Amino acid sequence: MSEQKKASFSLASWKQLLPVLARYKWPLVVVIVSNILLAGIDLLFPLLQSRAVDDFIMKGTVAGFGGFLLQYTGLLIVEIVLLVAYFRSCMKVEMCFGRDLKEACFVNLQKLSLDYYNVTSAGHSLSRVMSDTAKIAEATAWTFPNILWALAYIPGVYAVLLMLDARLALTMIVLAPLVAGFTVYFQKRLIALNREVRAQHSRITSGYNEGIMGAKTSKTLALEGKLTHEFEEITSKAAAAGIAHGRMRAIYVPLIVLCGTLAASATLGLGGSLVMGGRLSIGVLSAFMTYALSLFQLFRQMAMFISGMVSLQANVERVADLIHKQPTVVDKPEVLERYGDCFAPKKENWENMRGEVEFDDVSFRYIEDGEEVLSHVSVRVPAGGTVALVGETGAGKSTMVNLVCRFFEPTQGRVLIDGRDVQARSQLWLHSHIGYVLQEPHLFSGTIRENIRYGRPEATDAEVEAAARAVHLDRIAAKLPCGYDTDVGECGDKLSTGEKQLISFARAIIARPAIFVLDEATSSVDTETEQLIQQATKTLMENTTSFIIAHRLSTIRQADMILVIEHGEIVERGTHEELLRLGGVYHELYTTQLSKQEKNIS
Amino acid sequence: MKTKGRDWKKAQLLLHHLRPAASALLLGMGASLLLTLLRMAFTQVVRFTVDGVLLGDVSSLPAFAQSLAPGAQLAGACALAAAIALGRFAVSYVQDSRLPMGSERFTKSLRDALYSRIQRLPYSWHVQHAAGDIIQRCISDVEVVRAFVMDQLLELLSTLFMIVTCVVIMFGMNVKMALLATAFVPVIVGYSILFYHFVSAKFVKADEAEGALSAVVQENLTGVRVVRAFGREKAELDKFREKNNHYTDLWLKLGDWMSAFYTLGDVMSILQVFSIVVLGVHMCVGGEVSLGVYLAFVSYARELTLPVRRLGRTISEMSKANVSMDRLLYILEAEEERTTESPAEADLHGELRFEHVSFAYEEKPVLRDVSFSIPGGKTLGVFGGTGSGKSTIALLLARLYDPDEGRITIGGVDTKDMDLHTLRRSVGIVLQEPFLFSRTLAENIAITKEDASREDVALAAQNACLDASIGEFRDGYETIVGERGVTLSGGQKQRTAIARTLLSGAPVMVFDDALSAVDAKTDEAIRTRLREAAGGSTLILIAHRVATLMQADQIIVLEDGRIAESGTPQALLETNGAFARAAAMQAAMGEEAQA
Repeated sequence: MSEQKKASFSLASWKQLLPVLARYKWPLVVVIVSNILLAGIDLLFPLLQSRAVDDFIMKGTVAGFGGFLLQYTGLLIVEIVLLVAYFRSCMKVEMCFGRDLKEACFVNLQKLSLDYYNVTSAGHSLSRVMSDTAKIAEATAWTFPNILWALAYIPGVYAVLLMLDARLALTMIVLAPLVAGFTVYFQKRLIALNREVRAQHSRITSGYNEGIMGAKTSKTLALEGKLTHEFEEITSKAAAAGIAHGRMRAIYVPLIVLCGTLAASATLGLGGSLVMGGRLSIGVLSAFMTYALSLFQLFRQMAMFISGMVSLQANVERVADLIHKQPTVVDKPEVLERYGDCFAPKKENWENMRGEVEFDDVSFRYIEDGEEVLSHVSVRVPAGGTVALVGETGAGKSTMVNLVCRFFEPTQGRVLIDGRDVQARSQLWLHSHIGYVLQEPHLFSGTIRENIRYGRPEATDAEVEAAARAVHLDRIAAKLPCGYDTDVGECGDKLSTGEKQLISFARAIIARPAIFVLDEATSSVDTETEQLIQQATKTLMENTTSFIIAHRLSTIRQADMILVIEHGEIVERGTHEELLRLGGVYHELYTTQLSKQEKNIS
Repeated sequence: MKTKGRDWKKAQLLLHHLRPAASALLLGMGASLLLTLLRMAFTQVVRFTVDGVLLGDVSSLPAFAQSLAPGAQLAGACALAAAIALGRFAVSYVQDSRLPMGSERFTKSLRDALYSRIQRLPYSWHVQHAAGDIIQRCISDVEVVRAFVMDQLLELLSTLFMIVTCVVIMFGMNVKMALLATAFVPVIVGYSILFYHFVSAKFVKADEAEGALSAVVQENLTGVRVVRAFGREKAELDKFREKNNHYTDLWLKLGDWMSAFYTLGDVMSILQVFSIVVLGVHMCVGGEVSLGVYLAFVSYARELTLPVRRLGRTISEMSKANVSMDRLLYILEAEEERTTESPAEADLHGELRFEHVSFAYEEKPVLRDVSFSIPGGKTLGVFGGTGSGKSTIALLLARLYDPDEGRITIGGVDTKDMDLHTLRRSVGIVLQEPFLFSRTLAENIAITKEDASREDVALAAQNACLDASIGEFRDGYETIVGERGVTLSGGQKQRTAIARTLLSGAPVMVFDDALSAVDAKTDEAIRTRLREAAGGSTLILIAHRVATLMQADQIIVLEDGRIAESGTPQALLETNGAFARAAAMQAAMGEEAQA
């Protein structure tokens, strides 16, 4: 097609997907071969028609008609067999190739580090896994063979035309470059217009997303009219884009048809005079007209197929990129050898974890050349110790916790678990020993029981209920219609944030971790419940190393060690009493606010 | 009777939204019918040329052409064919440009109606309905209905017209052959309808399997931290694989059915042409029909093939639209919030009163006989634990719900008698999980006050302690947030929402645990500025932390939906009530230090 398209179409990303496609080599071969053979059969039918006219009707006899019928029927049977083979193989290629691409994406998504997730929205990744792969598989199975079909059929038609009568074929040879020219001209514009249509459609989708998900907020702000008005502007633009696309298409498609019908008209005139001069049979003339009426449509179809493949480029790049993206946190080969990866762990080689955690001169920045989030942090937490991290938002508390979980690697320095570099053992080993509770709890669809059990699948019902009792979830479960077997609803929509936090707390407890990470774990739980939880989990947490981030100082006061973090550095460390005595940042934070409180009360 | 009413409603829905599209659609449809006639005419030109000119049977030609020389006859036929070709081009342009125009206008009308209705549905409706499902309806079901009108209904019309014209012409040419050619039409249509009826359930299952697969991926992605922290990658992969394989298998099975169907359909279509060839050759040889007629029959039979086969599919897919229209009507027929007729004017800066207010949510009592009042411009603290009903106070105040009993007045006027829009604009609520719109930070802050100056926005941001965060963004106030922009932290969202409400200058401002995700120092800084920043507005602070409410002029303490105690903070501390106990407990726990 056009030069420009060739330039933008690169095979490099397609090649990256080839190993997956290669698994379906044979069905693909069947698709291609049967399709090309079908092109041949399609070519033969008009010829048979012309034979019916010339050999029987014009001669006025039905002698030999039996043989003709036999040929015709034979061709039909071959066509049916080919069609079945073609259809089933296409389906197989589409579905299996799509399935394998989806799985390859999903597998790599399980390995990619959190830096990927921090900058990529879930919706974006989801559409790569679901829709990009489906489009690629569909085009590979159906569009690509159709291009080959058209590539075989168009020259085929010309060969037949030239063979039948070179003089008559001339019209269609002369018109071909014209039709090709129209196609290139219009296709380019249609693609651009279509891009605009799709862009407007995605704006409509996000308009609905916002209008529906933000409906509660827009009600409280009485923004309904304003938002509706803005949405109407978007739909107007979308309608205009659709109409513009329709208009352009309304010239192009009839133009191609016009070329075909004009060619047929010319054939009728030219061929007619040849017939009258006895230099052409009527059968051949009718075959010519049949070919003329359909030929140029093929140009259009081929252009459609090719632009379909070209527009797939972006999807292919996105999927190839996702499948081959390297995680930033990787286990070394010798570690994988001994401990296994996250899908096939070698648990027999796993050591128990005591839970001693040490930061050895650790510095960290999220992006290269970016701001240092942690600088030269050194601290040792003995097994079973409780560490509270205090500091402003953005001081580096969550980063420290992320490094303990090895969601990121330190830019400098080492994190040691039980005295060994965290990189010396596998990520799964580490994660299997961590209990993690997030401020924004994520629950999976299923029952409360299933969600708690997510922490340790082999836990018994009694253990699940014990964990639930520890966080006072039993009171809440008792109020629910099905108790622990109540469905939490998709993403836990049916429960309050506080209740979700309790479930995710129970999930962490049941995992029997060596290290607890509580990142604002109970921020949405009322004080009374929180205190009850603290008492209940005290014994549980005694033998567990705990990292606690909390705004409430109640939790913090009881910690074995408090780390005050400012601008990525530990500025003070010690127990509550020690830090108060020290008279530094922590003391200031504590006393100034305490005095304010007293003043208020008095 | 009931379904009849339902069908009438659906028809009304379609007719209503077809109105803006009517002129384009009528023109497009007219062109479409004319196009069918022109296509048929072209075949007739070929027929007459073959019989009358090429085979020299002059008597078969129309009278005016009989006296012309054969060369002129041929030239005339050729010119006529070319003229028809040009006519087709012009008419096609009208058809192909008008129909999409009608389609776009129809969908725009429908989409706008949905959006506008959704915006005007009550708060309770939004609480009860999952956003994902509603979005799905607005996107997919609209598309199904569009396809129903534009592709199915119109195609049905033009295909039927084509079949009728074709049949009339064929019977005009030769009855015997026409009978044979038309006999296939009902067979093929019936076969397609039956088949699609049969597989449609399988299609639904396959679609559901895709939805389930998509849900697994979605959950895995949004819960990635949990998956990793618990080392559950393997289990997640197993879950994914099971759904992925199930989905693939369903489609492969469906593919087997489809291939059988298509092939059988192909066989029927080919047989149709085949039988015309066989009969036609014999009749031609026997002199019953002319060659031109034979060729015209073959060509009509071929032209009928595809539309007839699509017809079955179209008819059976029309039932899909039925379900989709139900799903859209569900939204479009949901009851909008009632607007107040001849609303009363009120001094919204005046006294705010709850008088014996009771409210139950889904038959669960939330508030019971709650009465209190707060003079305009003062600060009310609402204290209570999780589930005590304290957030409901805010929702009732803005009439997001109406109380079952009792009444709420501002400046002496029942809120029920006020204009809803004015009331909501006057009661600025900051929700615990506020939503930011996809636009710049500055636009988000000034969303209810578009004429606000740069300085006003900056001042509001400063009072909400948001200015420092804004400084960290590369584009500052022009940073786009929300769905298509930067994702803000929970605390940043809350502070933006606070700035938004402060800027609005609403006479009543409600902060419902609005600082839960903000760190202690910032929390305190905001609260010390709040009273001043709010100006003469009445403030309602809802919290479960004692410290948050210490600056309130008056506090009510809610327990199980009832007011357990009320008074100034100092007075409450001196009693031995729930507030004093909580204060002592929180003080002992160091809660106050965090303030």
